[in-house]
Amino acid sequence: MSAYDLAVVGGGPAGVAGALTAAQAGLRVALLDAAPRLGGQYFRRLPETFHATREAALHHGLDRFLRQSRALRSLADVLLEHRVWAVERHGGLGDFVVHAVAGDREERPVTVRASALLIATGAHDRPLPFPGWDLPGVLTAGGAQALLKGNLVVAGRRVVVAGTGPFPLPVAAGLARAGARVVEVLEANGPLGLARHPALAASKLGEAAGYALALARHRVPYRARQAVVAAHGDGELTHVTVGRLDRDWRVVATRTVECDTLAVGYGFVPQVELAVQAGCAMGHDLDGSPVVSVDAAQRTSVAGVYAAGEPTGVGGAELAEVEGRIAGHAAAADLRSAVHLAAEPPGTAVHRPAEPPGTPAHWAAGPAGLAVPEPLLRRRARLRAFAQALHRAYPVRPGWRDWLTPATLVCRCEEVPYEAVREAMDLGATDARSVKLLARPGMGWCQGRMCGYAVACLAGELPQAPRRPIAQPITLGSLERMTDDPS
Amino acid sequence: MADVIVIGAGAVGAACAYYAARAGLDVTVVDRGPVAGGTTGAGEGNVLVSDKEPGPELDLALLSNRLWRELAEVADFEYEPKGGLVVAETPEVLARLEELAGKQGVEHTRVTDLRDYEPHLAPGLAGGVHYPQDAQVQPMLAAARLLKAARERYGSLRLRTGVTVTGVLTSSGRVTGVRTTEGDILGGAVVNAAGTWGGEIARMAGVELPILPRRGFILVTEPLREPLVRHKVYTAAYVTNVASDSAGLETSAVVEGTPAGTVLIGASRERVGFDRTVSLPVLRRLAAQAVALFPALRDVRAIRAYCGFRPYCPDHLPVIGEDPRLPGLHHACGHEGAGIGLAPATGHLLAQVLSGERPDLDLTPFDPGRFS
Amino acid sequence: MNDLAGARPEQPFDILVDGRAVPVLPGQTIGAALHAAGIRAWRTTRFGGRPRGLFCGIGVCFDCLVSVNGAPEQRACLLQARPGDEVRT
Repeated sequence: MSAYDLAVVGGGPAGVAGALTAAQAGLRVALLDAAPRLGGQYFRRLPETFHATREAALHHGLDRFLRQSRALRSLADVLLEHRVWAVERHGGLGDFVVHAVAGDREERPVTVRASALLIATGAHDRPLPFPGWDLPGVLTAGGAQALLKGNLVVAGRRVVVAGTGPFPLPVAAGLARAGARVVEVLEANGPLGLARHPALAASKLGEAAGYALALARHRVPYRARQAVVAAHGDGELTHVTVGRLDRDWRVVATRTVECDTLAVGYGFVPQVELAVQAGCAMGHDLDGSPVVSVDAAQRTSVAGVYAAGEPTGVGGAELAEVEGRIAGHAAAADLRSAVHLAAEPPGTAVHRPAEPPGTPAHWAAGPAGLAVPEPLLRRRARLRAFAQALHRAYPVRPGWRDWLTPATLVCRCEEVPYEAVREAMDLGATDARSVKLLARPGMGWCQGRMCGYAVACLAGELPQAPRRPIAQPITLGSLERMTDDPS
Repeated sequence: MADVIVIGAGAVGAACAYYAARAGLDVTVVDRGPVAGGTTGAGEGNVLVSDKEPGPELDLALLSNRLWRELAEVADFEYEPKGGLVVAETPEVLARLEELAGKQGVEHTRVTDLRDYEPHLAPGLAGGVHYPQDAQVQPMLAAARLLKAARERYGSLRLRTGVTVTGVLTSSGRVTGVRTTEGDILGGAVVNAAGTWGGEIARMAGVELPILPRRGFILVTEPLREPLVRHKVYTAAYVTNVASDSAGLETSAVVEGTPAGTVLIGASRERVGFDRTVSLPVLRRLAAQAVALFPALRDVRAIRAYCGFRPYCPDHLPVIGEDPRLPGLHHACGHEGAGIGLAPATGHLLAQVLSGERPDLDLTPFDPGRFS
Repeated sequence: MNDLAGARPEQPFDILVDGRAVPVLPGQTIGAALHAAGIRAWRTTRFGGRPRGLFCGIGVCFDCLVSVNGAPEQRACLLQARPGDEVRT
C-alpha cells in the first residue's frame, strides 16, 4: 500500500501545477524539491528574510504561481530541501519508491512511496565551451539570473550577455534594471529570430516587448550574429573576444570588449535522469536534447509515470504549467480507473482502439477518453508549436567547434582539453560514451551535465539520454542507511 | 587478406592483436562498437595475483603481471603497481589467508598492523596479507593505446570499429574469415575475443562455448583531495565469491583509489542475464561494506554507479587456444572478472599459437574443447 | 536594488571565509555572499590549479565547492549561510 497516490518530483511551474491539479482531484500528493522554496529555476524566490514587497518585479507571472503554491500547501505534502537521487519501480505496477536526501547540511535519507510518479525536474543551462569559459566571472545566464532572483546580488558591474534564444533577453533586462552596466547583448543567430514567426510570436509579444523596452531604456545594444568566442583575464575575467559570425557560427572578425562578467547560455538541458532510471522511453527534441516521450496525457511509456515541463522538451514556464495540469488530470483519471478496473470481476473484456505497433498499451490513441479539459490541450498545442518555432529560430550551429583551441577545456570538472577528446577519437572512440571512457569528459562532479552536449557534438552524435543511477551525490553513509520503508 | 582477424577491441582483443602484430602477423581488429566499449569499459582495471588459487589461472596471472609491467614501458595507460591488501576480520580467517598465500608461492607479506599500510582502515581487523605485485591499469586506455602502439610500431594492424560480425566463414572445414555488416573480411585465422558475447560468436561458427554473463556493480565516489585508500583493499570473502558457483547475489568489499582521486567500490556478482536495471539494494550493500572497512568513507559522496557483465565459464577458467572442432577458430574469452589482468598473457600465448610456436604455458586447462 | 523588489532584508551578519569576514544578508547563499563581496574565485582545480567560482549558480556544475565548518566539498551556490559559518576554500 502506497503512502501517496502521486509523488511529484520538482517544484517549478510544471510540478506545482501537476501536484495541485491532482490534489484538487482528490489524490494524496507529495511534492519533493531540492530547493528551500518552491519555484524551480524560473520562479526562483527570494528568502522570506528579505521581506520583499515587490518580488513580482523580478519575474513574469509570479503572482499566479504563488497562488498555486499556497493552494498546494494546504492540499498536499510539500517536501522542500529533498534532493531526489533515485526512483524505483518497487513491487509491481503502480508502486514507486522515490529516494531522496533531505536537509541542506546534515543529510538524511528519506523514502517516499506512491502509486504514480510525475517527473517535473526542469532543466539547466546548456553552455558551449570556448577558450576561457572556466574563468571566474563567466557565469551561465541562469546562474546570473539565480543570483538576482534568489539573492538580490547583481552578477557584475560591466556585464556582457551572450548566447542564443529568448532567454538572454530577460537576463540582460534584469541585470540592467538591477543596476549593472550591460555592455551588450550578443545573439549568435540571425537578427530576425522570432520575427520570422509573427503569428506565433504574437502571444509572447508583450513579454518580449517588455524586455526590449528595458534594454532600450538602459541603452543596451543587441547585436545579432555575434558571440563571445574567448574569455580572458589573469585569474578573473577582464575582457572577452567577441566574434562576428557567419551563418554557421564561424568567426569572420573579432573585437575586444572589456567586462568583469559574462552571462552566457545556448539553450537548456532537460533533466531527465529520473525518467531514464524509471525505464521511460526517450526521444530527441528539435534542439537535440534527449527528452521523455509522452502521449497526449503526458504519460510516459512506463504505466504510472508522467512527465511534464522541460523533461518532455524545453518550452518555457507557461507550457510547463499546462503540461503539469494535464498530467495531474491524467494521473487522477488513471488512478481512479485502475481502482475501478480492479473492482471489476475477472474476465471482463476491455476493448482498446488499435494502436501503432510499439505503442505502450496504456497510451491512449487520443485524448477522447481523458478527463483533460479540451482548452488545456489546445493551449498546449499552441505553446508547443511556439517552442518548436523557437528551437528552429535559435539552433546551435556547428561553427562553435572552431572557437576551441587544443588546450580549451571541454570538461570543466576533469579538466579535459579539446585535444584529449580528439586523441580519444583517434584511439578508436566513436561516440560520447567511449570518448568519456578514454579521456574522462563527464566522469567528474557534474557527471557530464555541463559538457555532455558539447562532447556529443564533438563525437558526432546527438546527446544520448543520460544513464545516472545516482542522480544527486549521496554520502555512502546515507546510501547505507537508505530504507525502503516510507518515512 | 589478414593473417588474423580479432573480434573484439577490448583489453583481451587488444592484447591478442598487439602480440600478433609484434610477431609479424597482419592483423585486423573488428568491434561492433568503439574501442573498449564492452566489459573492459565497465570494470576496475584489476591486475591481480592475490585472488587466484594455485593452479593454471595463477600461472597465467603471474605471466600477465610481468607482461603488464613490460607493456607499461610501451604505452601510457596509468599502470599503477599499488599492491593489494587482503584483510581478515578474524584470526581464523587470517590464518586461512596466510595458508593460501603460502600455497600460492607469490611474493607477499603478512601484515599485523594494518594501519601501517592503510591508516584509515577500521579498527578491530585481525590483520592481512600484502601482495606487492597487485596492480591497476586504466583498462580502456590500456586497450586503446596497445592497439595504437601496435599500429605505430609494427604497422600491420587495422582497427575497424562499428563493424558487427554476423557470421563466420568456413571452407573445407576451416575458418576463412568473417561476415560483417560492412562486408566479408577474409583471414587465415579468427580470434574470438568477444568477451561476454564470446558464446554468440562461437555459435556463429557452429561450436558451443558455455560463456554466460555475471553482473557486477561498481560505486564511484567524488574525487578526494587526499588519497584515503592507497592499495587495492579487499576482504577475504572476495576470494571465495570469485570462485563461487552461486547464482544469487554475492557482495564483498573491494575498495581502491584511482589517479583521478575517486574511490572505486565493488564488488557484486549475480547472474541475471544482460539486465542493466540498477539494483539499489546492491548499491546499498556495497556502500555498507565499504564504510565498514573504511569508516571515513561514511561522509564521502557517491556520484556514479555502473554495471558490467563478466564473462564466466562453469569452471571459472578462461578459454584460450584453437578450437579443436574448427581449425582456424581461436578463442580468447571467458576471463570472468580477471580479463584485464589476464589480457597480456592471453594475447602473448595466443600469438605464439598463431605463429606456430610452442606456448610458454601449457594451454590444456584453457582448451576450448574441454566442455564437450 | 533592494528598491527593485521592495526588499527590506534583515540585519546582515558576517561569516568567516579563510579567516576574512564576509557580510551576508540573512537568507543568501554562501556563494552569493562571496560573489557580492567581490570574491569571485575561490576553489582551485585539482589538476591544473585553475581558479573557479560560481558558474551555473544552481547546484549543477559543482565549480563553487567550499568547505563549510569542516564539511568538505559543499556547493556554495546552494548552501544558505548561517551566522558563525567558517568557510574554507
